[in-house]
Amino acid sequence: MLRWASHSLILLLAAPILLGTLIASLPAFGYFPPLGSSEFSLAAWRDLFEVPGLTRSVLISVISGVLTPLISLTLVFLYLASATGSKLDLWIRRLISPLLSFPHAAAAFGLAFLIAPSGLLSRIISPGLTGWERPPDLLIVNDTWGLSLLFGLIVKEVPFLLLMSLAALPQLQPRHRIEVARTLGYRPTIAWLKVIAPCLYPLVRLPVIAVIVFASATVDVALILGPTLPPTLSVRILSWFNDPDLNLRFLAAAGSLLQLGASLLAVVIWLALEKFFGLLWRLWLATGNRNTGETLAFAIGRSAMPFVLMVIAGSLLALLTNAFAGPWRYPSALPSSWTVQHWANSLSDLSAPLFNTVLISVSSTLLALLLVVATLESERQSGKSRSTALWLLYLPLLIPQLVFLFGIIVLTEFAGWQANLSLVIFGHLLFVLPYVFLSLSEAYRQLDPRWAQVASTLGVSQLKSFWQIRIPLLLAPCLTAVAIGMAISISLFLPTQLLGAGRITTITSEAVALTSGANRNLISVWAVVQLSLPILGFMIALFIPKLVWRNRSGMIETR
Amino acid sequence: MSNSVLELEDVSISLGGKQLLEIDCRVGPGEILTVMGPSGSGKSSLLAYIAGFLAPVFESSGSVLVNGDDICSLAAERRRIGLLFQDPLLFPHLSVAGNLRFAMQGNAQQKSHTISEGLNDIGLAGIDDRDPGTLSGGQASRVALLRLLLSAPNAVLLDEPFSKLDTQLREEIRTLVFDKLRASGLPTILVTHDQADAERAGGEVRTLR
Repeated sequence: MLRWASHSLILLLAAPILLGTLIASLPAFGYFPPLGSSEFSLAAWRDLFEVPGLTRSVLISVISGVLTPLISLTLVFLYLASATGSKLDLWIRRLISPLLSFPHAAAAFGLAFLIAPSGLLSRIISPGLTGWERPPDLLIVNDTWGLSLLFGLIVKEVPFLLLMSLAALPQLQPRHRIEVARTLGYRPTIAWLKVIAPCLYPLVRLPVIAVIVFASATVDVALILGPTLPPTLSVRILSWFNDPDLNLRFLAAAGSLLQLGASLLAVVIWLALEKFFGLLWRLWLATGNRNTGETLAFAIGRSAMPFVLMVIAGSLLALLTNAFAGPWRYPSALPSSWTVQHWANSLSDLSAPLFNTVLISVSSTLLALLLVVATLESERQSGKSRSTALWLLYLPLLIPQLVFLFGIIVLTEFAGWQANLSLVIFGHLLFVLPYVFLSLSEAYRQLDPRWAQVASTLGVSQLKSFWQIRIPLLLAPCLTAVAIGMAISISLFLPTQLLGAGRITTITSEAVALTSGANRNLISVWAVVQLSLPILGFMIALFIPKLVWRNRSGMIETR
Repeated sequence: MSNSVLELEDVSISLGGKQLLEIDCRVGPGEILTVMGPSGSGKSSLLAYIAGFLAPVFESSGSVLVNGDDICSLAAERRRIGLLFQDPLLFPHLSVAGNLRFAMQGNAQQKSHTISEGLNDIGLAGIDDRDPGTLSGGQASRVALLRLLLSAPNAVLLDEPFSKLDTQLREEIRTLVFDKLRASGLPTILVTHDQADAERAGGEVRTLR
């Protein structure tokens, strides 16, 4: 049964995604019997290319797709080059997991409320520094070129790429290599950039590509921070898809293929940049330069992460202030009074989405944990090295969500299924699985094999030693994986929105839906609820092992 | 009191076509066979082979007989071969008694009685509920030995079990382990690179190249 686990894991992930991507293309060419069209045609494409402002929508998607990873990775590498081993570094490493669990939508709302013309930042510096007595007439959030979208994406992706880099770094033995380079006369930051960066990059390449795909095709962040006239391609596709005029479905299908092309183009541009930077690095290495640039790289690296942290902290503050703000005249830095009225007003609306959120995240995460543990256990028992097919786990992160989710919907419509809760849970599972696997696999593989051997020599069956030895020893990593999986599920917007056909609502889908129209106070209440849930999960995941193992000093070392 | 005999018949282990070791021997009840050799000579592979953990990349031939029955086709947990590692490896999430109980079969009340008696016997009476993480190195080694004995093995393998103990403790634990194993009548194979271990074991010594 266990041998079957890894195959089913891969099948469960790869099949709907690849099939979905293929199926999504049928309506794009006019074939969609559920809407009474069974002849192939290019009409949808003609319509698509006549949509006004399409070029600009595609351009902004591609630009965000390339610039987000470029700037984020540069900041992360400069930070690691300048701060590894410092006090700042220890502090940041502790903050990284909670930072990562900040849902995209909540972070985007927070950022919007921080940097908007009437946002927290503008209020703090006005009128003292600016002389503004009224919010300035500036288009900061939703700006035409998607700069605030880019900013929001960078702030979210820097912690992600940092965590991925930190996970990969130990195998490079950075301290040792830096020491060697320094004895050869290289300044520390330059040494890191010359001897560590070129080896680290290949190890974080896959997450970087996931960032490209996400940034070029994000829907929720673009809805909140992105341009509106015209919006990004992904946002337009969603609006066509949700349009009451069902004929726009064909347009949406063609659009989603174009989205796949746009994301692919961003990846291709990235690959060209890789070549360029590779060449640049080789030339730079060949110069043997040991000093030049040290000060600048150090300054940028050391200030990058505190800056990102301050932006995130500011966003959080903006959300909390708005969620409890009474009357708040511009340009006062703080509301004139505080109130829980916004919470009282939202309470009855919150309960159903909250229930759905918890139900969906718990079921998809537990399913994912079951599949991942079964896969890792079968890998261990067979004694074989890790399966190469496991890279398929990253598929949901490498193909734009919109594209294959759209395909899955087409598939369910062909099959005549109604949108329902189990479909939404399945959709969440696709995204939760890779993260649960990423989070648990190293701990599972690195567990000392002698524990299982001791159990065997004592005559204990595999099953008993699995439940009584391996699972308890891995309790803490399992709980962390569950917290991460739930955080991912809680933050998902598109799978809920599309597979639930708008009928199944979660905190996130409702919060994003409030973007148009609702006031800041109400949105902030929802965003605060959205971001508290993952934090609660992480706190429970940290607390349970401490409680269970309070009398077991050895459980601190084996983790 | 066990009266088992452990026999290795024409055992040969190779890796990538290159033979690591070859051994043929008989260990009677209460006897200790010492296998010595430099690191890389395949000592640990031999124990892994007998216990049933040899990684699939190794090729092996020959048979392991316990009281005349070939155990090679059995899974590790059915071989009833006890093994002491370099570290005591007490399960950190179980109490001392929990560790011992994990290795035993039978009804709960009988187990508790046997555990108390066993701990008393190795000079550690009353530590049943202790956290293994709070034991000293010598105490942990004693509990690991007791755990092995309570699992009622037919034969025992010792994988340099004294190498991480300091000199004085090593002498004490070595004496205890050898005495207990002899008294239980268990056939034992000891792998070591410490000449003193071999002398104290007092049995036949084989040296691997």
